[in-house]
Amino acid sequence: MYVGQKATRVDAYDKVLGRAKYTDDLCDKGAYVAQVLHATIANGLVKSIDTSRAQAIPGVVKVFTCFDVKEKHFFPTAGHPWSTDPGHQDVADRLVLTQRVRFYGDDIAAVVAEDPVSAAQALAAIQVEYEEYPFVLDPQKAMEEGAPLLHENYPGNILSHTSIRKGDYQAAIRQEGLVKVEGWYDTPTVQHCHLENFICFAEMTGDRIRVVTSTQIPHIVRRVVGQALGIPWGRVQVIKPYIGGGFGNKQDVLYEPLCAWLCMNLGGHLVKLDVPREDTFVSTRVRHAIRSHIVSWVRPDGTYAARKLEVFSNQGAYASHGHSIAAKGMGAFPQLYPCENVECDAYTVFTNQSVAGAMRGYGIPQAMWAVECHTEEVAARLGMDPIEFRRKNLMPVGYVDPFSKNELYSDTFNQCMDKGMEAIGYREKYRAYQGQKGEVRRGVGMAVFWYNTAVWPISLETSSCRMVLNQDGSLQVQLGETEIGQGADTAFAQMTADVVGVPLDQVHVVSCQDTDVTPFGTGAYASRQTYTAGFSIRQTGQLLKERILAYAQELTRMPAYNLELREGNILRATDGRVLMSLGQLATQALYSLTNSQHLTAESTAQIKSNAYSFGCTFAQVEVDIPLCKVKLLDLVNVHDAGTLINPALAEAQVHGGMSMGIGYGLSERMLFDPRTGRPLNNNLLDYKLSTFMDHPRLRALFVENPEPTSAFGTKGLGEPPTCSVAPAIRNAIYHATGVFVNEAPMTPHSLFRRFKEEGLL
Amino acid sequence: MSSQYKLVRCTINGKSVEKMVDVRASLTDMLRDDYRLTSVKKGCEVGECGACTVLIDGECFNSCIYLAVWAQGKEILTLEGLAGPNGELSDIQQAFIDEAAVQCGFCTPGFIMSATEILASGREYTDEEIRKQMSGHLCRCTGYENIFRAVKKTMLRRLGKDDQAGLV
Amino acid sequence: MYDIKALYEAASVPHAIALLTEHPQARIIAGGSDVLIQIRSGKLAGAELVSIYALDELRGVSLEADGAIRIGSLTSFSHIARDPIIRARIGALAQAVDMVGGPQIRNIGTIGGNTCNGVTSADSASTLLAWDALVELTGPQGVRRLPIGDFYIRAGQVDLRPGEIQTAILIPQAAYQGYQGYYIKYAMREAMDIATTGCSVNVKLSADKKTMEDVRAAFGVAGPVPLRAPAAEALARGKPAAAAHIRAFAQGVLQDIHPRDSWRASKDFRQHIAVVMAQRALTQSIRLAGGDIHE
Repeated sequence: MYVGQKATRVDAYDKVLGRAKYTDDLCDKGAYVAQVLHATIANGLVKSIDTSRAQAIPGVVKVFTCFDVKEKHFFPTAGHPWSTDPGHQDVADRLVLTQRVRFYGDDIAAVVAEDPVSAAQALAAIQVEYEEYPFVLDPQKAMEEGAPLLHENYPGNILSHTSIRKGDYQAAIRQEGLVKVEGWYDTPTVQHCHLENFICFAEMTGDRIRVVTSTQIPHIVRRVVGQALGIPWGRVQVIKPYIGGGFGNKQDVLYEPLCAWLCMNLGGHLVKLDVPREDTFVSTRVRHAIRSHIVSWVRPDGTYAARKLEVFSNQGAYASHGHSIAAKGMGAFPQLYPCENVECDAYTVFTNQSVAGAMRGYGIPQAMWAVECHTEEVAARLGMDPIEFRRKNLMPVGYVDPFSKNELYSDTFNQCMDKGMEAIGYREKYRAYQGQKGEVRRGVGMAVFWYNTAVWPISLETSSCRMVLNQDGSLQVQLGETEIGQGADTAFAQMTADVVGVPLDQVHVVSCQDTDVTPFGTGAYASRQTYTAGFSIRQTGQLLKERILAYAQELTRMPAYNLELREGNILRATDGRVLMSLGQLATQALYSLTNSQHLTAESTAQIKSNAYSFGCTFAQVEVDIPLCKVKLLDLVNVHDAGTLINPALAEAQVHGGMSMGIGYGLSERMLFDPRTGRPLNNNLLDYKLSTFMDHPRLRALFVENPEPTSAFGTKGLGEPPTCSVAPAIRNAIYHATGVFVNEAPMTPHSLFRRFKEEGLL
Repeated sequence: MSSQYKLVRCTINGKSVEKMVDVRASLTDMLRDDYRLTSVKKGCEVGECGACTVLIDGECFNSCIYLAVWAQGKEILTLEGLAGPNGELSDIQQAFIDEAAVQCGFCTPGFIMSATEILASGREYTDEEIRKQMSGHLCRCTGYENIFRAVKKTMLRRLGKDDQAGLV
Repeated sequence: MYDIKALYEAASVPHAIALLTEHPQARIIAGGSDVLIQIRSGKLAGAELVSIYALDELRGVSLEADGAIRIGSLTSFSHIARDPIIRARIGALAQAVDMVGGPQIRNIGTIGGNTCNGVTSADSASTLLAWDALVELTGPQGVRRLPIGDFYIRAGQVDLRPGEIQTAILIPQAAYQGYQGYYIKYAMREAMDIATTGCSVNVKLSADKKTMEDVRAAFGVAGPVPLRAPAAEALARGKPAAAAHIRAFAQGVLQDIHPRDSWRASKDFRQHIAVVMAQRALTQSIRLAGGDIHE
């Protein structure tokens, strides 16, 4: 069995030797270089663009402006499965270049040059005349009457508003003796900061266009490039080599349509569009900043009588993933702490800032910030121990969500909390840190999280797999699911080896995806790769195995049901005798003069299930009150992701998610100038990604309750680790100082404000 | 557009080389474009991420903010130069594999180069010192934890403290 | 690929001066960690550059005959931080330059560049100012020296005359002998950051370690250029090394500094942390000097 082993990553050697090829490494040096001119106003219209000086610069091939976009093929960008129902399709609100400017950084022109210096000089030489409109950056202000309108068909700038109603909230709050706890909770606009910026290049052969791109979603990029260019989707080929991280940003179609459009307008010449870091921050995607308002009515026994949630999600200028993020976060609310009487409303609102899309956690980090900050406050108001309060109110074993049909099969929350408490020494520290006085104080805190794997039943869940047997008994495996650094290919290899019955080193996962060759799949998102691919790997592996054993029956004259394939050998089941190796069989099959066969299998699994993936974070902090600084001393995440396919890679995934949570809680925030809408800190110096020195040792622990709906007992783990870290740190700061901070990130600036308000300074 | 070129002679990964180089080129440009050493990654081009780190005369530098012409007479080491002649991995490369310190792999070459400088000193660093010496690199995948383990374990093993390496 | 109009490489200090005289528009590039970034951002795009990077004669730390510490202007931060002369005599400088950026930046960044760019956040600058450093400038008219405080003219501008390059920074013996100091860098992260505020303090104690014979303090990002805190210094000078005087000194800093509101930090916040930093840096300096602090 390879599943459950700490197998070495299949791409590790290439990556430590420096021979793993990423998009830029594959681009021919003869490529033209494209650079995008971004708007320098937050809202308005391009009246004219003078390109004459730019065009005259030696080395400049051509300058394109929004006025050159004659055919208006509006396209959507979200990396969602396409819907054949027009009512469920993503909003198509983008053009490759736009005259109508909706945020500071919108794409209004592009320079194509022979070299990057000429391109940069040309960008600087372009003169733009704008008509400026008033702009709005705050979602609640954008909803007010008279606010500047971004998209004419969305009154009040509301992209979407959905609600949940359960029981009778208004009646329930009239009960006697209830304690009301109310709070507003804010999360920041943050960026993915994958180390490889977005980059792609495009080139034509015949009437087809090939786009090589750093993406999580090659098949979706194919569709959207087709939509954006107004050409049949089959004329687009998308190739995804190794990618330097994505975290959801590359679950959007970014500049592939523009790059392909420039290429087509230059006779199919190779064009590379390499987005600099500064533009990656502003003009690709960001995480939705969400403001949440929670009101809880609690009975004196520590149970909830009624609860209310309002969510205001900052979409930025274009729809991208849109309301899915706020809706997912809102969906968690009535489930995590079930209550009979609930009212929820979520608004996703257009504003004139960078476009928000998918980012690791997809609405859940924002929701858990609000919910777990609030939970701590409720427990404090009741004078209850925060852990005991959670035990009393968390989703019970056997809970079934009527919509997704997800069920909590095991006592996951209690098991995870027990493990986390023990690891961090919670009880002792919780007591020891009570009533501290000095300038520097310590605290422990925790938070839980809700997450679900994959997108069924909101969207399609499908996985296709192809396995091809080679002469030597090794096999290629191809999947629509995408390696983006998380280690998916290695997990797929382990599953394949087990299902087919071959040694792990005989499984070659084709990592570089090519929509001309790779089976259809929707890509890497929703922590779905291991869960969904498991179904098609199991199904396809069994098909291949059947074909192999059927062929073995011919060669061995043993009935197939008395044969087995194990570790690359054909065995007689009755006595375990090795009859032949798979390599011998494959060679026979391919070269037989009487019955030549290419043994392959390919199949699609549609998945109509989904799985909860829960856990928690425990944090220990030291707060220097006069300096308004938090030092993270210890951080522990505990997850129930079902059966771990590869415990070493699972642990590594959790570390990365925890790291993103540290930044979310303590330092990361994109700032926009309130007077101009201009982004202020779109570089890695001013945007405070936490460094090696800002991290404590990270500990990732697991509770393994096999998931019954899953092909290999596994469920989502890519995104969950980032969901509960920030509120756990926040609750530890509360424990240390007695101060609740409701706005993330908890930077020295915001702690200074709060400590002053609370009289600590 | 400038057309100023200069002959740059240097040693790259143990081999003496020379090429006419555009004086406007960064060392990253020269290594990637002229010598096809694509382990040298571009993550920010302003010295804030560390993905382009190479060793110059044994010290780590961000090659993105180092002019190619300054390489004249220098000894440059990139990740491609670490493995043995038959592709044998160095101990630190193997440790990055063993500790699952590699995910997307984009920051990996730079981290390994800084680790190479640390390890070459033959010193035993405290945990805080290791963190500080590696702090010129950003990583979004690993939380630095497994990278820390790989560097510390390799350091201890080189110092003959294999028993302690097991406890990292 | 940088938008550089022309690059002139100097082979010696006189050659550098000749090149600068011949190309008056040219900018000096030392390690490049500042100039190259400004070229990329467009501020210096199309610049002519005189590279002094190859001038190894400007690298290294030595002691002059009169006991002054001489730091060649091209000496990198990492070399200064490791240098035994610096560590033994002016540990606060080793400490300060070891907090610049990250290791790669400390290998390329030079102390000359850090001072010549006239930036208030430079980690070396407040310490040099607090230790009465001198700047040595070499130009067509020869060599001149001036106190580093006079070298700074305004934000981003220093007293560097046409054809001149900074060749060394000197710390006279009287300025370091008997002093102990401490630098605190306040930043949003522990590495790869610029200072929100930097504070360098040093103290000379009396023989019985009970009196602060001299106290010097300087700040970065407390004004447009690095600045000394004369009012605070006066409050502490000659006073007992006692908590009340340390607090008074720290509060006194507010008379000297004038930080501004910016998106990076509010004025209130910078003032608050400046006081805390001053108090802690002086406390630490006294301890390093072997003193005890009395209530």
